[in-house]
Amino acid sequence: MIKVDNSKCIQCGGCVSVCPKEALKLTNEIKCDEKKCIKCKMCVNFCPVGALKLE
Amino acid sequence: MIIGVFMEIKDEYDIIVVGGGPAGSSAAEACAKNGLSVLLLEKRAEIGAPKRCGEGLSDNSVKALKLKIPKNCIRQNINGAYIYAPNGKDIKIQFKGSQGYIVERKMFDKWLAENASRAGAKIITKADVYDLIIENIAGKDFVKGVKVNIMGKEYAIKSKIVVAADGVESLTMRKAGIRSNKNPKLVDSGFQYEMCNIKLRDSHMIELYLGNKIARRGYVWIFPKGKNIANVGIGILGSGCEKTAKQYLDEFIESKNELKKGSILEVNAGCVPVGGLMKNMVGNGIVGVGDAVNQVNPIHGGGIAESIFSGRIAGEVITKAIKKGDYSEKFLSEYNKIWWKKRGKRLENIEKIREAFENMSDENMNDLSGILRGEDLTDFTRGNYAKLAKIMIKYKIKSLVRFVGV
Repeated sequence: MIKVDNSKCIQCGGCVSVCPKEALKLTNEIKCDEKKCIKCKMCVNFCPVGALKLE
Repeated sequence: MIIGVFMEIKDEYDIIVVGGGPAGSSAAEACAKNGLSVLLLEKRAEIGAPKRCGEGLSDNSVKALKLKIPKNCIRQNINGAYIYAPNGKDIKIQFKGSQGYIVERKMFDKWLAENASRAGAKIITKADVYDLIIENIAGKDFVKGVKVNIMGKEYAIKSKIVVAADGVESLTMRKAGIRSNKNPKLVDSGFQYEMCNIKLRDSHMIELYLGNKIARRGYVWIFPKGKNIANVGIGILGSGCEKTAKQYLDEFIESKNELKKGSILEVNAGCVPVGGLMKNMVGNGIVGVGDAVNQVNPIHGGGIAESIFSGRIAGEVITKAIKKGDYSEKFLSEYNKIWWKKRGKRLENIEKIREAFENMSDENMNDLSGILRGEDLTDFTRGNYAKLAKIMIKYKIKSLVRFVGV
């Protein structure tokens, strides 16, 4: 499960753009579709502010 | 259909533009000027904000685009640059007259959108396109419109052609099946503070700091917006770094007395596509422009000018397609041809230079800073890599000699 720390997230959309499975969406905040997520952690590694965690 | 008390939206438009940045507004203006019905949908509440941009724009680009930028959209004139090697030695680039500008994206983007609106485009913000309408016509899938959430309510709006101008994360292009997720080696992670009450070396010169410890495969920039105010930002390789972009930047600012006592007016972040130029940027009923199709200068990460060039080229091809009644990928691929001829080839050369610099050690960077003059660096950002090859050979910088194939 990808957890987003909304107090750190700047909503830049980088995680959305690197996700290989289109599991992430950015509207008012980042939401991860668990059914699509393959836990590759590309989003976690990418985030410029370290707002994402895989739990 | 009526969206709000005063907003009337049609059920179908010739063109729906997804995204209200420079690419989307430019495409919308070009299409509207040619008499097409245009709807531009921007997911943010405000055009131009929040920014994910250093806000730099070269004078060469402004002239080539014939942009008459209103004074209130420009924060600072820039006369040149200081580029610092890892050992602190700097190279100065300065020519007579203005080199460039730091614009205020909040104002600049709205000006571009206003131009589109005056030309006849209808613009709505807080309008989040979450899906495409796809219809099968004679065995082929065509994009025929969008599903959009406008201020909390969902609508389906039809189009003859969609312009995908929705930025680096472009879900629209993915839903159209034209591109998959980006290669993380070709995306830079960016983070920036707009800071005030800082000391600048020269408020009309930008500063760029290189070095693998400062910014791995990227650079720190200081772009002055006034006497004591600047965008202080960093772009780094977006994956495989132990530290986040924010951590690198915080450490850099901590190391500079001129900066660390300043105040933060804004925190910005964004990702920059650097490389991965696409041979095909169109599909049946859809054309991609701007960051959505990686149209960014691969060395300095600037995309404002590329977006405007591209939006205009798309507008012309799309107008022809509408007039002919042919919205197929085959017809729209003329946009690929024209874009590659006018912009792509040059960016491709620049990408080769970036690849050469990418794996450079700090030692090589220090060596180069002893050799290169300002004009050389300007040549590189314009794609002249024959000169780079000569310098590499002359000074025996081995990793690069191997790269340029001697």
